[in-house]
Order: sequence, then structure tokens, then C-alpha cells
Amino acid sequence: MRVLVGMSGGVDSSVAAALLRDEGHEVVGVTLRLWGGESDTGCCSVSDVDDARRVAQQLGIDHVVFNFSDDFAEHVVDPYIDAHRVGLTPNPCIECNRHLKFDRLMDRADQLGFDAVATGHHARIGHHDDGRPRLERGADRPKDQSYVLHMLDEATLHRVLLPVGDFTKDEVRALAQRLGLRTAAKPDSQDVCFIPTTQGRRGFLEDRVPFTPASVVDRNGSELGTVTAVELVTLGQRRGLGLPGGGPVRYVVDVERGPHTSTPKVVVGDADALLTNAERVGQVTWVHGPVTGRVLVQSSAHGEPVVGDITVDDEGIVEVTWHLRQSRVAPGQSMVLYDADDCFVIGGGLVLPRR
Amino acid sequence: MLPWLEVGFANPNGSHAAARTARRAVDEARDRIADTIGLTSGEVVFTSCGTESDNTAIAGTIAARGGVALCSAAEHHAVLDPVMHVNGVVAPVGTDGAVDANELGAQLRALREASHEVTLVSIMAVNNEVGTITDMAAIAAVVRREAPGAWLHTDAVQAACWLDLREITALVDMMSLSAHKFGGPKGVGVLTMRDGVRPDPLLRGGGQERGRRSGTTDVAGVVGTSVALAETDAERASMVEQIAALKNELVDGILSAVDGAIETVARDRTVPGVAHLCFPGVENEALLFLLDREGVCASAASACASGAMEPSHVLASMGIDRSVASGALRLSLGHTTTSDDVARAVKVVAASVARLRQRTGSI
Repeated sequence: MRVLVGMSGGVDSSVAAALLRDEGHEVVGVTLRLWGGESDTGCCSVSDVDDARRVAQQLGIDHVVFNFSDDFAEHVVDPYIDAHRVGLTPNPCIECNRHLKFDRLMDRADQLGFDAVATGHHARIGHHDDGRPRLERGADRPKDQSYVLHMLDEATLHRVLLPVGDFTKDEVRALAQRLGLRTAAKPDSQDVCFIPTTQGRRGFLEDRVPFTPASVVDRNGSELGTVTAVELVTLGQRRGLGLPGGGPVRYVVDVERGPHTSTPKVVVGDADALLTNAERVGQVTWVHGPVTGRVLVQSSAHGEPVVGDITVDDEGIVEVTWHLRQSRVAPGQSMVLYDADDCFVIGGGLVLPRR
Repeated sequence: MLPWLEVGFANPNGSHAAARTARRAVDEARDRIADTIGLTSGEVVFTSCGTESDNTAIAGTIAARGGVALCSAAEHHAVLDPVMHVNGVVAPVGTDGAVDANELGAQLRALREASHEVTLVSIMAVNNEVGTITDMAAIAAVVRREAPGAWLHTDAVQAACWLDLREITALVDMMSLSAHKFGGPKGVGVLTMRDGVRPDPLLRGGGQERGRRSGTTDVAGVVGTSVALAETDAERASMVEQIAALKNELVDGILSAVDGAIETVARDRTVPGVAHLCFPGVENEALLFLLDREGVCASAASACASGAMEPSHVLASMGIDRSVASGALRLSLGHTTTSDDVARAVKVVAASVARLRQRTGSI
């Protein structure tokens, strides 16, 4: 096969390229230039491109750079900024996978005559008994990344390869070491790639979103303090609220910022106040098609899956009913549905704000 | 140039016999270049690249004289960025990518009337992306009239193969060349300075190049540069004719084979070595990939540090819509190009554009 492998300059995608080459595929490595602005983290800095290119040279495969920065700004960065403006907590890595790596890059690969796109994600493509492909958790369960790939539907999965999904991270590093790849000991990327570590989320957003001060109140309405930017407050947050220490741990349980309130209110309460029986999920994508009934639901990149029952309404909105009450998930976060045996992805979407 | 990498390796600035041999090679190279471009040897300064030459001309002039630097919007980044760095002024270009002399005159006059002293004007002789030739005589006349105190610099890196550099040096105060653009080695540049034109050096130290550019001279490099330039000059007339005919085959071939293809700047305004076309609706990143696969080496715009294609500031300055500019392709022709090469390039470009158009919108 002709395979276009996305190489971020990290160890996983380096090894992915090596494995595909060794399987006899015709492999071309591509690094995406995604962010035009300053960045020192993640997968678009010049030194990461250097790493990807050097690895490709070592492996004897061609390497190219595609500039998708316009699409990245449109589909990832601008929505990230807009989401904060309206009080959502977005996951830009998921939107990047959705719109860039498995949409834009997939189209480009198709144009250029490639049979498949590969990445270094820790997840596996398995098959149902009837032969349909499905996205399964990676062999290294703690490193599993199927959560951030949940939007891959059946048609896409036919054209995706995830070669490192069968290995643990340690095995991947050992492979890289054995091949002498310069990325063997490179630390995992952690942060949002377009936000410089020196600047942080606040620094990045404050140039782009007008910050609104808010008062912090308890559930009886008594004011406890203030925050300078309600846009940076996330449901479930317990730090950075300017509350005096020593007392009981308090979490953000609600943010009231409707048009009627002149000053938005951040409501804090104890952990129990966050509990809910159900969540609603919108913009749902399904691997094969809508499903109802018993599922496992994962609400963060490495969170524990939780048992729930799902129904789908006429507008495609999924209602998840928990077996045991769960802490609420910040609106805008992705909720991913797995089969009851916690093996493969069924679908996923974005948690909706409360009605 | 090979002997100077093998036996004649001495530092030309030493005081022993081997050094004198090397020094003689450098002196002869300088004379050869001076003869070829119509200047005296003392007006030829060796640098490490065209970029260094441009930076010296701009930053060095502002450092020496203060005042305002001005360049065209379509300059190479080696000019544009240093001009921006000294808070300089940019002159707009027309749809052909060249500065209009009358408009430049008006801009210089306006600056003068606003009491801004322009001390440096830098206008490229030939554009590196689209190949447009600047009417340097008209530019020089207007600069001398409207900014008589300014030093006029030209980036002639893309001109060396196609224009008689004597005609350019007769008009300007400083001119940049880059050896590898005319068959010389990479890593050698030339900056010419007329007598009395003395920008501050970027590099200070041993005082080589009469204090205008310190650093040990690359003997083999400057020898190679001088020979390449002399040969380029000797063959220029026949080469221009030959390559212009090949360019006609190439551009006419593509225009007739590809619907909607645009010749970015008319051939009578451009040098023979650059064929620039736009294919609206096609992404040049994808096009370059397909061409590369078929052994056709082309470019589109300048690449950033990561190697990614950046939208062309040249095409933007010419008022070309970004959607058209994203389908830009630059094919270069040189003394090794054959008619068979051209026929193959036409075929591959047409097939690749067709493939991309077929795949776009079908997804």
C-alpha cells in the first residue's frame, strides 16, 4: 500500500513510520504546519519538524511538510477561542483530529494517490465478526488514545492505519531505541500545541477574548470572592477561584452568565453538588450508526469509563443516564461511548450545557 | 576552483608564499568580476551569500547614515525583512510585480515633504518568484531626482543570468549577487559599492575586504564565482535566446493543455528563466508533490523554517487573490534545460492538475 504517515516529530509517529516501512508499504512521512503563530509545545514547532525529517531520513522514506495553518485557525483555534467566549470547555486536539488529521489530510492523501493515512496514536483498528472495521482501545490501556479518535467513522477507518496501537509505550520507545531514532527518549507532548508554555491559556486568550469579571458565590448566593475572567472558569474547577484556603474543598458547580445578570456568578459547592443522573451530548458522530442501550462512557482523555444507558432523540442528541450518579462534565468536553466490554468505540460528541 | 581546495589552501591574508598565491587568486577573481560587471576591483566586496549582501546594504546604510530605507513590496525577504527591521517604508508594486517609477517618485516626494530623509532605496532588478524585470533606468532617474541623497541598491540575484549587469551597475550604488544563481558555488555572495558608498560592515574583525566585510575569504569559492560569472556573461546573449524559446514552448504548452491556467506576468516583462503560472482551484502543495513524484522539480513560493509553503507575499503585493495564488507554480529553466525536458514538464503538469481537479470536490 501507499501510506501517508503523519509524523509529529514524536516517538510514536516515528515508530509508526518505521513499522509501516518494515511491513513493506511505500511510506511517505508528512508533518503538518498547523499554527502560524508562536509556539514552543506540541507538534508544529520547527524543532519538531526537524526531528520528523531526520527520522524520515534515517528510515529512508520521503518527508514533506504541508501547511494547513489556515484550516487549523478556522477549525481549531478560532472555535477554541469562541468556545471560551460562550462558557464552553473545548478540546482542541479532538477538533484537530476531526478536521485536520482525518479530514483535510485524508482528502489530500486521497488526491495524491495514497491508499491510507497512518498516525502514531495508541489505538487499534479491529474488526467486527462481519468484517466491519472498528476503533479499539490501544494495547497500552493507560496510554490509550481512542478517546481522541472517536470521530473516525467506518468509511474513514477503512483508510486509517494505527501501527503502534498494538504496542505499549515502553515497547515503542524500545523499538525507537533499537532503530537508533533520535526521538526515542523524547518526552510526550502534553499541552495544547498552539499555546506557548510561557503564556498559558490565560495569556493566550486574554489577547483574543474580552475577559468578564465574575463574583464567586456559594449556593445560597453569599459572595465569597471574585475572579477576573469568567471565560476561564470550568465546571468542576476547584483551584484558582481566589477563595481562602483551609475550608472544605469547593468546586465550581454552576456558572450563571445569562443576559439578565450584569455580573456573572460562579457558584461553588461541595463535590456532591456536582453530581447528576444524566448528561446530554450533541454533535454526535457514530462509527456505524446510532446505538441505544447499555454503554460505557468516557468523559476525559484518560478518565475511567462509567456505565450508562443512552437514548437518541429526534435531533440526534444523546441522553446518557448514569447507573450511579456522576460528577457533571464541563460543557464542550467530549464524551465518548464504548461497548459494554470497554473494547471499541461506538461514537461520541460534545457535552451540552444544561437547559 | 578545485585547486584552491587542494593545494592552494592558504589564508590569502597571510604573509608567506602560499598566502601570496592564494591572495593572487582572490585578486584575479575580483578583477574578473569587476571586468564582467563594469566596475573597478575596489568596488567588489565578497560576502557569504546574497542575503548577507542585501543585509549589509540596508542595515549598513542605515547604521552609517540614519534616515529611512525604502524597498518594494515584492522584494525577496532578504531585502524586505531588513528594511522592516529598520522601520523602513514599502513601495507598492503593480499587477506585474514591478514598482512603477512615477509612483515611486511621488512616494519619495511625499516622504521628502514630510521631512523624512530617505537614505536607501532598494529595488530588485528581477523578481525571484514571477521573474518580472524592473526598469532600473527609470527607477534610478526618479530616485536621483526625488531622493538625490539616497543610495540606490538593487538585489540582482535573479538578474545575473539574463541581464547585462554592466547596465545595472551603471545605474545603482550597490548591487547584490549570489554565486549559485549563475552556476557558482553556494556560500558566496557579492556586494558592489560605488566609490564613496560605504555602508557600515555587518561583520567586524580582521578588516578583510578593505574593512567592509571582515572574515577569511573563501578562495575556492570566489574563484569559482568569478569564472561562473564570466562564462555566464560570455554566453548570455545566446542563452537568453535559447531559453526564451524553451520558455515559450513550456508556457504555451501548459496554457493549451490546462484549462484556466494563468500566465502570471506577460513574457515580454519577465526573464526567460522563470515561468510562473497559476492554476486556480488547485493547491500548489499537492501539485508540487505530484510533480516531484514524476521527477519534475518545481517551487511555488518561499518556504518557512519548517519547510512548509507560505502564502506568497509577492503575489499578494500584486493584488492576486489568495485562492488564485494558492495554485501558483514556478518552473525554472536554465542552460541544461532541453526541449524534451519541457515536453515532459508540460505533460506532467497537465496530468497532475487534471488529477487534482478531478479529486477536488469529489470528496
